[in-house]
Amino acid sequence: MPEIDLAPLKPAIENYIPLGRSGLLPALHAAQKMYGWLPQEVAGEVAKILRVPLADVHGVIEFYSLFYNEPVGKKIIRVCTDQACALKNADGILNRLCKQYDLEPHQTHSELNLTIEPSPCLGMCELAPAVWTMDNGHSTVGDGLSEVESPRSLVYGQNRLLTANCGNGTTSLDQYGKYSALEKAKSISREEVVNEIKSSGLVGRGGAAFPTGIKWEGAMKAHADQKYVICNADESEPGTFKDRILLLDDPHRTIEGMCIAAYAIGASKGYIYIRAEYPYILPVLENALTEARNAGYLGKDFDIEIRVGAGAYICGEETALFESIEGKRGFPRVKPPFPTTYGVFGKPTVINNVETLCNVPLILSIGSAEYRKIGTEKSPGPKLFCVSGDVGKPGLYEFPFGVTLRDALEMAGGVANKKQLKSVLFGGAAGAFATAEHLDVKMTFEDLRSVGLPLGSGVVMVYDETRDMRDVLKRLGKFFAHESCGKCYPCQMGSQRQMEILNRIADGKTQAGDFIRLQDVGWTMTDASLCGLGQTAASAVLSAMKIWPELFKDEGGMMKDEKESRKSKVESRVSKAPKASAKTVKKAIVKKKVSKVSKNNVKTVKKATKPKATKKKTTKTPKKK
Amino acid sequence: MTITFSLDGKEITVEDNATLLDAARENGADVPTICYHDATTANGLCRMCVVEVEGQRVLQPACIVKAGAGMQVQTRSEKVIRSRKTILEMLDSTMDLSEAEEVQTMMKDYSADVNRFPDAKRRESPVIDDNPMFIRDYSKCLLCWRCVQVCADDAQYTFAINFDGRGFETQIGTFFDKPIPETSCVLCGQCAAVCPTGALKPKREFLLEQGMTPQEISVLNTGRKKRKNV
Repeated sequence: MPEIDLAPLKPAIENYIPLGRSGLLPALHAAQKMYGWLPQEVAGEVAKILRVPLADVHGVIEFYSLFYNEPVGKKIIRVCTDQACALKNADGILNRLCKQYDLEPHQTHSELNLTIEPSPCLGMCELAPAVWTMDNGHSTVGDGLSEVESPRSLVYGQNRLLTANCGNGTTSLDQYGKYSALEKAKSISREEVVNEIKSSGLVGRGGAAFPTGIKWEGAMKAHADQKYVICNADESEPGTFKDRILLLDDPHRTIEGMCIAAYAIGASKGYIYIRAEYPYILPVLENALTEARNAGYLGKDFDIEIRVGAGAYICGEETALFESIEGKRGFPRVKPPFPTTYGVFGKPTVINNVETLCNVPLILSIGSAEYRKIGTEKSPGPKLFCVSGDVGKPGLYEFPFGVTLRDALEMAGGVANKKQLKSVLFGGAAGAFATAEHLDVKMTFEDLRSVGLPLGSGVVMVYDETRDMRDVLKRLGKFFAHESCGKCYPCQMGSQRQMEILNRIADGKTQAGDFIRLQDVGWTMTDASLCGLGQTAASAVLSAMKIWPELFKDEGGMMKDEKESRKSKVESRVSKAPKASAKTVKKAIVKKKVSKVSKNNVKTVKKATKPKATKKKTTKTPKKK
Repeated sequence: MTITFSLDGKEITVEDNATLLDAARENGADVPTICYHDATTANGLCRMCVVEVEGQRVLQPACIVKAGAGMQVQTRSEKVIRSRKTILEMLDSTMDLSEAEEVQTMMKDYSADVNRFPDAKRRESPVIDDNPMFIRDYSKCLLCWRCVQVCADDAQYTFAINFDGRGFETQIGTFFDKPIPETSCVLCGQCAAVCPTGALKPKREFLLEQGMTPQEISVLNTGRKKRKNV
């Protein structure tokens, strides 16, 4: 390998030195942009410049999927293989591309300097299939055939309040007009602003549905020398793409929402934390922030900094997002303390989803009383639904709360190709499945909750009658196993075990006891996990087990568990299986995988689990699963 | 100040800063823990100490949650038992618990089934013997985080170790997997002291277990020194 020239690194990351540890992710992004990946020497130099311990820098690189500590191609093609894209032949596209370049997924073609990877949801579900290409730092998106700079916005709805400026390209400040809602907010007291938000009944649109006004009130009342407002734009929930469109087409609405929040709680600093998979939004946001600064809305009492994630679904969890801003691995924190008193850098923080913030200027403009006239009594306001999958007209739909699923589907062109509906995945990977019997349920928090469906982030993912739900479940399992942070035991191991069982079921290799095993793993993750990711990692799976128990049956039509429980009852009367036999079985399995290693065979070696380069032409990037 | 609350249907009174774990232990209720250690910051990550608190949607980690007046706490509800048992079964299917005596005892207490997860992927890695003080056998590591914590700001401020990978693939590691002598490690030994499973073990203990006599070990050490002097 040629000597790495570290000289240009310091000037490139100098701006981040004053940020200290918090500058680590931006610095690593800059370094990776420069060197293509993060070799040891570069990581070490970043550590030295920012004065962060070496092991910590390595830990951070290892955590985020989009940081590479092994060489990758200058061109990386990422093919989304998650839900909506899977329905549009994502696997076929991935295979075709791999075949074309004689590569395996995750492999790098050293001559062409090309890497091809399957990817978790890229947030372009309505445009599925989605492919994201980075070529020497230049990002394009496409469908595997053609590529464009940034994705189109397909926006629908009769009375569009939140998406009024969406669907026709980026809205400049001139087009957006004055921040009149902010001016109105500043003409009343902080308490009055918070009360307006409280009276509006606005709840968080990121998935957790926590009352926004109560959040703001907590942070407003907290005493601190510094407070923060954070816009959570780490939209990564499979099936969700609303924040992408809101930020790309109408960035000032979010920025104005943040300014109002900052005034209300007394924050002087804000962050927009955006997922790295949306690089095409960055110049739009930067430009909008400059416009807002020039107009005097930002830069005096309050200013906003953009932070970019690096491939970690968990960083959409608010406390994991704080850790990420602080330059750490995205481990969620134990709550309480809650962000309103102990948020980013331990200071009172209001963190809101993009769509939540977009509601704020609307509420201030028309007043909470008018706002409450939209939607239902318990779910006031407009709501964005991300409709994708097997529908005629996938896209972003703005409806008032209370529209039925049937109406929504009709407006979205019905089930595609005149097929019948099999199911709708509500709320994303962390959501639950609905069927035709739920068509007349009103899409409100209260109506959906009463039938056990979460609204989540507004995902309506449609599956037609021909779809094999076992394949859908297999992809859900893979998603959570890939995205679990590994902190708490239930999710760290449960997401892996869940994936293994779902793979077996999809492959028709169900084992005795899998039904109950899957349930126990699912409920353990749900009940005992530390954060929202683990607590919802089995939500869709458990709902599928209720609706389609037959999917988990063997060919005889009987659930293997029934047989097993009968068999085991008999067995348990006779004798219990001795522990030794189990261990022997396990050892045999282990030996197959790591043949050279046995317990007493001590070798002075580094971790040998990482596959090394095998072929001349291709190397496998080991970090990505 | 003291507060009174209900633990397994019994009214008990504890200091108002007590965690549910303190309260349970003071009152004879058995709440198992794996990651918890008196010398390290409680992270509530093993979730073995979870208890059911009335009004809470999910189970609560007793090592962190403070006792509150009027709380209704169940330390052995059906949900709690299912979670603990499943966690133990998943642990056993993932790593080598042969030297994790406390966990083995818990497995018996909760009738955990060692055959629960057939064909489960295990975390396997070779023993790393790269320094004169301790060996690292990460096949036995259950990721309690204590070693990383004492190496960092819970005790030594050395920051020699952190995490590799993510999710199930997480492992404790050094900067780019460098051998310990090439890291900031000061060989203080605190990581080995807080390790609950034998994943980190003093080198001498390890060699004695391998069947070496103290004499042989000391020759090994002198031998090394002599070679260096030459």
